[in-house]
Amino acid sequence: MSRAPDPRLVVQAAPFLRSQVSTPRIMGDVLVALAPALAAGVWFFGLSALLVVLAATAACVATDWAFGGRASVRDLSAVVTGVLVGLVLPPSLPLWMAALGGFVAIGLGKAAWGGLGHNLFNPALVGRAFLQAAFPIALTTWVPSQGPLALYRGNFALPFLHASTDAVSSATPLGQMKFLGAATPLADLFWGNVSGSIGETSAAAILLGALYLLARRTFDWRLPAGMLGAAALLAEVVHQVAPARYPGALFTLLSGGLLFGAVYMASDPVTSPLAPRGAWIFAAGAGVLVVLIRFWGGLPEGVMYAILLMNAASPLIDRALQPRRFGARAPRESR
Amino acid sequence: MTLGRTFRHGIHPEEHKEATAGLAIERMPFVERYVLPLAQHTGAPSRPLVEVGERVTRGQTIAEAVGFVSTALHATVDGQVTAIAPRPHPSGKLVPAIEIAADPWSPQRYPAGEAIDPLRLSRESFVAELQLAGLVGLGGAAFPTHVKYRLPEGGRIERLLVNGCECEPFLTSDHRLMLERTADVVRGAEIAAHHLGARQVVFGVEHNKPDAIAALERAVAERPAMRVVALAVKYPQGAEKMLIRAVWGEEVPSGKLPLDLGIVVNNVATMAAIADWFDRRRPLIERVVTVAGPGVRRPANLLVALGTPARAVLEHCGGLAESTREVVMGGPMMGTPLASLDVPIVKGTSGLLAFTDAEAHLPTEYTCIKCGRCVEACPQFLNPSRLGRLARAGRFEEMMGYHALDCVECGSCSFACPSGIPVVQLIRVAKGALRERAAIGTKP
Repeated sequence: MSRAPDPRLVVQAAPFLRSQVSTPRIMGDVLVALAPALAAGVWFFGLSALLVVLAATAACVATDWAFGGRASVRDLSAVVTGVLVGLVLPPSLPLWMAALGGFVAIGLGKAAWGGLGHNLFNPALVGRAFLQAAFPIALTTWVPSQGPLALYRGNFALPFLHASTDAVSSATPLGQMKFLGAATPLADLFWGNVSGSIGETSAAAILLGALYLLARRTFDWRLPAGMLGAAALLAEVVHQVAPARYPGALFTLLSGGLLFGAVYMASDPVTSPLAPRGAWIFAAGAGVLVVLIRFWGGLPEGVMYAILLMNAASPLIDRALQPRRFGARAPRESR
Repeated sequence: MTLGRTFRHGIHPEEHKEATAGLAIERMPFVERYVLPLAQHTGAPSRPLVEVGERVTRGQTIAEAVGFVSTALHATVDGQVTAIAPRPHPSGKLVPAIEIAADPWSPQRYPAGEAIDPLRLSRESFVAELQLAGLVGLGGAAFPTHVKYRLPEGGRIERLLVNGCECEPFLTSDHRLMLERTADVVRGAEIAAHHLGARQVVFGVEHNKPDAIAALERAVAERPAMRVVALAVKYPQGAEKMLIRAVWGEEVPSGKLPLDLGIVVNNVATMAAIADWFDRRRPLIERVVTVAGPGVRRPANLLVALGTPARAVLEHCGGLAESTREVVMGGPMMGTPLASLDVPIVKGTSGLLAFTDAEAHLPTEYTCIKCGRCVEACPQFLNPSRLGRLARAGRFEEMMGYHALDCVECGSCSFACPSGIPVVQLIRVAKGALRERAAIGTKP
């Protein structure tokens, strides 16, 4: 009896269908969503913005490669971390510092924990926190917008030499509010024509990215929504009590890094709780902390520490709020 | 547009039913050789009643039930027993089977016996009849049907839920059966409801089968106790706990059975098989199998005699495409991958699917980023991400704290995972180990 040979059959476990969503696609989505913020950064802060982001990203990818090899780089998460690090830095920052921030973000923020998925803290914020602690002056040196071709001298300072600060420096809207009691027009905050970190100034660009992530169902919307909601609510309540001293909800939402942090940092799945109820608690906690630090802390901005603190609480929240299993209590909705 | 009733969580895989949904059921021609494994159902394997060399006729009982959770097996063709020996089983194991060489001169007609009135039987003899007919759940699990019909002391069944969801992609065998044998499906439900004492019969059908819903609605129009409920298209709608949740909004308590809520769930094909037995005295000797998938040249819904080799069925459907890499018995979510085409169609075979290089590659695996997609997919509201991590670390005992045994193994987590982690397989392996440890008496 002759017959065509059987195909060599693969035997793998069910299911045999898989959704099209993959981890590199998720990371790619985040990169696409970050594009408007990067574009706004370049529009306002010129080539300097691009150079800082590139320096941080190159350092992240190189560090990821060094620790995890090719397999680690192909999921694109290091690129996302790099761009995030770059976008939360001042545009005139020395490039070597941006690169060092990227190195620390991946090395200390991710690789030291065992790689992607195992880290407790948001890697990009670990990198930012390191730079803030190591170079407090450079990290709070702000420059005014000089248009798309701007190139700040500060970028080219050499390592460990006295950073050459730009002739003109300017305070951020949060700094002006906190230390001078001066409010920036909301329209400037919305479009981003203010001084601040590269990707954080333009609310319009960040919202555009958030809409994209929402449409692609890439992130858990509860995280940004909860954080922004809690911060706005608390700020508004305090503002109503003492309107002269504390800004209201809109200023709180649009100024500083709150919008950027809520959309791109708090929404990091690795460092936030898994279950929906946990996500609400995490997000609300971060939002409340931002306002507490801004209003009553020593710093004008508190988004970074707020998220890092909630990152630390995330495993506890997850442990306390496991999903209710089916049939644990039987609802009788209808008969 | 109404979305239809449903359960919470779950996934929306592409349906892939268009290739066969419109194809009428056709009879697969008889072949030379049939292999009937003694274990085609959940429970104890049947005991052979025939010997090698003996002539058998189509529908003759060739193996009997051993104990209560077991069932009978029948010759599916006229022919001669050529072997009673281990043969490849769809599970991948060698399992004792009765091999029959078909009589080439027989017309292979089943002489319809004299109908008996099932409504005049006592409950006990009804249950015994179901066992004699070799009936099992035809949705895939192949659990002996009669076991569900013997009620515990004081148990009361108020509702019969007939499962016509067919939520697995590609499969259309139940769809065609509901369309082409509507009267038998309803007749079987009538018989079953009578013996259960059920006052309410619900046919649950996903609304991607509007023609089947319409046909059933016409058939039950005159029966006040019966109604059809259109359900949202979502996987795993056909899992019995999810189906009960969708229809009545009730959750079967963890660790309990539908029976505890006074509900029995049966597949539509099982209902038609009940009608076959009482109205025509035809035991379970054939079933409808959907043959489909990108590797199949001529997809079809075939009425196949049990024991027909998968190879013969695929050849009848034009053979496999060159690029075929994977053949699955059952649906693409919970089916069994075949290592060999020399395994027979058994009572639980709802489909035979062939996938090509394009679909059959193993996904690239990344680490878990705790994105929560598995949590949002799990119809049992478990935390598959955590369970998968614990399973991979071999921390099986800890998995009990995350209710590993509540997992219904629907595979929604693996489907949803963007990192290509075989979550359900990890949990399945751990569950097996946990049961084994419990069985040998160590602390589970």
